[in-house]
Amino acid sequence: MKRPSGGSTLTGMEGLRPTFEVRIHGRGGQGVVTAAELLSVAAFDEGRHAQAFPSFGSERTGAPVVSFCRFGDTPIRTREPIAEPDALIVQDPTLLHQVDLFAGLRPDGYLLINSSRELAELGLEELRERFRPERLLSVPATELAREHLGRPLPNAALLGGFAALTRALRLDSVIAAIRERFGGEAGERNAAAAAACFHEVEHERAGVPGA
Amino acid sequence: MADSNGQRVRFYQVGSFAAGNRLLDPEQRTVQARMDRSNTLTSGHRACQGCGEALGARYALDAAMRATDGKLIAANATGCLEVFSTPFPESSWQLPWIHSLFGNAPAVASGVAAALRAKGREDVRVVGQGGDGGTVDIGFGCLSGMFERGDDVLYICYDNEAYMNTGVQRSGATPPAARTANTKPIGREHPGNAFGQGKDMPRIAMAHGIPYVATATVADLHDLEHKVEAAMGLRGPRYIHVFVPCPLGWGADSADTIKLARLVVESGLFPVFEAADGEVVAVSKIRRQVPVEEYLKPQRRYAHLFGDPPRTDVIERLQAIADANIARYGLLDGDPA
Amino acid sequence: MLRQLEGSAAVAETVGLCRPEVVCAYPISPQTHIVEGLSDLVRAGKLGSCEYVTVESEFAALSVCIGASAAGARAYTATASQGLLYMAEALYNASGLGLPIVMTVANRAIGAPINIWNDHSDAMSQRDCGWIQLYAEDNQEAADLHVQAFRLAERLSLPVMVCMDGFVLTHAYERVDVPSAEQVDAFLPPFEPRQVLDPADPVTIGAMVGPEAFAEVKYLAHAKQMQALDAIPEIAAEFELAFGRPSGGLVRGYRSEDAETIVVALGSVLGTIEDTVDELRGQGVKIGALAVKSFRPFPLEEVRIALAGAKRVVVLEKALAVGIGGIVSANVRMALSGIDLHGYTVVAGLGGRPITRRSLRELFGRAIEDRLEPLSFLDLDRERVEAELARMAADGRSGPHAENILRDSGIVAARSH
Repeated sequence: MKRPSGGSTLTGMEGLRPTFEVRIHGRGGQGVVTAAELLSVAAFDEGRHAQAFPSFGSERTGAPVVSFCRFGDTPIRTREPIAEPDALIVQDPTLLHQVDLFAGLRPDGYLLINSSRELAELGLEELRERFRPERLLSVPATELAREHLGRPLPNAALLGGFAALTRALRLDSVIAAIRERFGGEAGERNAAAAAACFHEVEHERAGVPGA
Repeated sequence: MADSNGQRVRFYQVGSFAAGNRLLDPEQRTVQARMDRSNTLTSGHRACQGCGEALGARYALDAAMRATDGKLIAANATGCLEVFSTPFPESSWQLPWIHSLFGNAPAVASGVAAALRAKGREDVRVVGQGGDGGTVDIGFGCLSGMFERGDDVLYICYDNEAYMNTGVQRSGATPPAARTANTKPIGREHPGNAFGQGKDMPRIAMAHGIPYVATATVADLHDLEHKVEAAMGLRGPRYIHVFVPCPLGWGADSADTIKLARLVVESGLFPVFEAADGEVVAVSKIRRQVPVEEYLKPQRRYAHLFGDPPRTDVIERLQAIADANIARYGLLDGDPA
Repeated sequence: MLRQLEGSAAVAETVGLCRPEVVCAYPISPQTHIVEGLSDLVRAGKLGSCEYVTVESEFAALSVCIGASAAGARAYTATASQGLLYMAEALYNASGLGLPIVMTVANRAIGAPINIWNDHSDAMSQRDCGWIQLYAEDNQEAADLHVQAFRLAERLSLPVMVCMDGFVLTHAYERVDVPSAEQVDAFLPPFEPRQVLDPADPVTIGAMVGPEAFAEVKYLAHAKQMQALDAIPEIAAEFELAFGRPSGGLVRGYRSEDAETIVVALGSVLGTIEDTVDELRGQGVKIGALAVKSFRPFPLEEVRIALAGAKRVVVLEKALAVGIGGIVSANVRMALSGIDLHGYTVVAGLGGRPITRRSLRELFGRAIEDRLEPLSFLDLDRERVEAELARMAADGRSGPHAENILRDSGIVAARSH
């Protein structure tokens, strides 16, 4: 009954997309775990298999937190932390240069950083040589969250940006997941922030050669 | 105790109400005098001759059975009562009875009460019971939890002031200066169990603000029955602390059990009272105060205080404790209650 | 209904569907979401006449269950790690009295040093207490096993522990087909106690039993577990019929029929193992896996049948019997008694250390060439251990081990002045 799972190395399953692996970095209290869960729900809503889990720390605001999400078209069996992500989301830029966030990011991987500053300003210019530059973006998600939510909680917004950058999930799936989780007013505002971030990233990509 | 004419009936010589039972109104007579008594703890158990706990348990449970019309379940801690009442393959219990562990009788009782609530059978009531060790020491956490949650359980502690079943070791209820297997009087600095230790369990129960707390002894069995019946007329956590002499553990004559219980009350060392919602509401006055020596002398566990020379310093400290109790609870006539 | 939700939530909902009458809750990571979920269900009135009792310790939690079960109520609690140890006395009491309590153990390491992450040391420490132990590989199975557990427990009058890896499963979001109330009601009839505290028909439960009868009473628990070797697969088969998916049972082989090397394990690590097996099979290696799902009773015959044809067996376990080595492997060895093959014990994942495909690939690569020690420790940093041993040999006041090793690892930077 259990079929072999997809991994990014899987071949031979025609028409099935390989499993996409996302790693999210942030600090306790920023909704890093929720973000991964929402991605998994969005993938589920698209009829795909998905798994999300945190790096399992004690409850402590401010400490570095990592969460993981895998999604794909075949059942997911492995439980190890994501060592070679297809995409990285960095919710808190103060983690840059403190923790090795980019460990294992695939050469054709995506990077989405929550910042109003460009990659060069963040001291990450060298990443452009290691990876595909059109897949590395920063987006001011905290500012967008402040605008739409009135609070600097960028996790939902970043998921909209993720959808635009990677095209791995549809925006409407992400929005449905957000609405279902938060409900009511909070759901609408977070969804609006996600949509805004989606469009912001689309806009940025349009301006990047090779995107 | 008053008869139907309001006249107080006293029985100094006998020290119990046995002879006077027939002079009381039927509702006030002891359960034990009735043909239809439950015999909840029936004959054939293996308790020692003169066991205060067997006496107390028999009266308490029969009274509880009368009050609940026989709809009662008991959870018992490990200890003398559990051991002597269920020698395999026999059982002396004529009610549904469970023994789980030493430290969990209050929690097991809570579980039974929860099950009855879930099944809509709140007409069936629950009693938890254990000795002082199982109540005041190892069962303390579970007892406090039961009190705190407001579970509908009457918990009865039979206090013989040490871990008797394992050979008379000291518990948190062992009084100062008492000899036990691990508080032997050795040298002048160790006249038995230390002063300044021990838990006042009835007051701890009161501090939880539970509906009913009472102390009682096997010297006044009517009083014990009345307190059990009063408790069963209430819902929520209730606690009764019963003083039960242990002839073997105390080195006392097996015929002295009731006398010793009377003397501990009359000396002031064991205050008899009732409390509701955290406040004392009634006390049993001392009828004829006795100095603590009269209580201590018949017990070999205090024999080291009466050697040559006697430990008058220790006896004075014990007397001070008795006097403090008398003052605190107003135990002498003329004292405010 | 198929949903994407947290493992703990799936378990809480499914347990709720089993119509427990008394639920006891004492919080301990990583079981907290389960008892919180059940509390919400009770407060929302979704569990009918279920009493939710918040207790003051795990010892009290199981004790309340004991009283409730003896009074005829379907009783449930959950714990992990230190909490399981704290109720150790009550575990033996429940199984000895034959009370069909069901408990979730969210497997977590036991301290010292204190550690809240996943391994199997908690359940393994209580493997002989008389409880049936079932291990879930994923959250679907974790939910399903609770339904089976109540039926199994009540059929045999023996308590059942459902083990699911703490955090790895409890806190993972994945798809679970949460059964409907109708499905569970059809599968799980109301609890009919074998013994019950009832004033209408009084019994004495828990009497002292001396040398003249103790062995017989104790043996009954073993006899019931032997019956469970039949009951577990029967109930699993009935479950598959009723719910439309395989779940539970005694063992499950994965590509093991023609395997020369078989990896034996319990719980969620099997997912990662199977991915690695597939990779190696893709390279022509004849390797497979065996999931042990019922650890107590230990299915000696089924394990023997599954492993007998292999050249070598690697038991990968998340617990350590200090002073000797493997626990699961000792049980597996018993099953293989008389059969000549290479056996390897690999202790992995202690205290939540991730078990990665890379490490497994490397490990299995060495195994198939018989380049493994009989007992080895996956990803153990021997240098740090040697450093601490050297420190101890050199200095009588070498300080606490954990702090020294953390400092060596660069995890803490503090030093004394």
